[in-house]
Amino acid sequence: MKAGYVRRFSPAERLLHWVNAAGFLFLLATGLILYLPRLSMLVSRRQTIQSIHFWGGVAWLGALAVVVVLGGRRLLATARELDTFDNDDLRWLRGRKAPQGRFNAGQKINAILTAAFAILFGVSGLLLWFGEQDTRYRFASTVILHDGLMYISLFLLVGHLYLTLIHPATRHSLRGMTLGDVRGEWATRHHAKWRPE
Amino acid sequence: MDLPPVTEHQPPEPDQPRRYGRGLFLATVAGGISSLFWGKAAWDHVTGVVSPVANAVAPILPTGGWRIYTISGHMPVFDPGTWRLHIGGLVDQPVSLSYNELRALPRVDQVSTFHCVTGWTVQNVHWGGVRLGDVLGPAQPQAKGHALRFVSMEVPYVDYLTMQQASLHDVMLAYEMDGKPLPQEHGAPVRLIIPEMYGYKNVKWLQGIDVVPQAVNGYWENLGYDRNAWVGRSNGYGT
Repeated sequence: MKAGYVRRFSPAERLLHWVNAAGFLFLLATGLILYLPRLSMLVSRRQTIQSIHFWGGVAWLGALAVVVVLGGRRLLATARELDTFDNDDLRWLRGRKAPQGRFNAGQKINAILTAAFAILFGVSGLLLWFGEQDTRYRFASTVILHDGLMYISLFLLVGHLYLTLIHPATRHSLRGMTLGDVRGEWATRHHAKWRPE
Repeated sequence: MDLPPVTEHQPPEPDQPRRYGRGLFLATVAGGISSLFWGKAAWDHVTGVVSPVANAVAPILPTGGWRIYTISGHMPVFDPGTWRLHIGGLVDQPVSLSYNELRALPRVDQVSTFHCVTGWTVQNVHWGGVRLGDVLGPAQPQAKGHALRFVSMEVPYVDYLTMQQASLHDVMLAYEMDGKPLPQEHGAPVRLIIPEMYGYKNVKWLQGIDVVPQAVNGYWENLGYDRNAWVGRSNGYGT
């Protein structure tokens, strides 16, 4: 690690993040081909794209599960961090200045929603897939859930990309998710309560 | 002597970290799964009560609310030079119509709502086309023909309607949609429209209509969907 830098994200955390990101973008691309008439005409092989999207989704959830199992105790500790909100977090969420830990309260909520959405994408996706073959798995609202998740996730993703790529105060955090470390003084400014190991 | 009970001094509330994360996680998952049972009703309610919302949102949605389903590798391509609509089966006079001949038949316009069995709906679609009777009449269907088979250019997609279903007042063959020639993805040059039934009965890319003795399973019905695909009371809905 470079002098003056502290480690923010472990290899397991980064792997989990990037496996999730890669899977999400792949599923977004193939899903949009199924969803947008203009794109479905360009590609036209709906059956093939549908299979790629479905099995891509299975692979995405499978890969996430593997990383979680391999990450074991280390990721469990991360989950505990995300689970915990103290008074400063609640103040921060109300828009006040409050010292934050390794994750600020917004990052915690984003991570929690992303995890919950992965499960809901999986459930609604399986229902869409099996519902096409068997009416017992069909609900009138499955497609609304699946599409709604896509729209909310897209909204979260745009905010996430703005904060990591554009916003000057926060874009340094991208280094934490790629190389693992961030500048010590940046960490102190943004995550005052975090005591890096 | 009795002393008044000592009230303990309340210390300032300590900063007790709370496990809110799991609650948010479980509530999101539970809310999402339960929405399988109320999502569509809620969405219909929102868009129905505030109909300007539906009208404002629909054009913003990249699809206009439509989703395009195909069952084969390639979307059929309409060639005006070679395309014909064949009326055959149990008829006295098999008929074959070119695109121009079809367009020359008496034109009807109607506004109807399109429901897909998977849950999405497109309200107030403006269709232009012809009534089924004007296409079938010249072919003189025989009395023993009690159903129609609609054959798509997208092989092997076929579907059936009983004569009774086909004679509902708003069944039509549409070659125009919202004022424009029917786009390729919606079944160019002509598709069946039966608003009372789910979209899978509304066969796209029509190339033939055969009069047959009785209705049997079409493409999706072989995969478990109801043959009588009434909107709101088939395929497990409204039962």
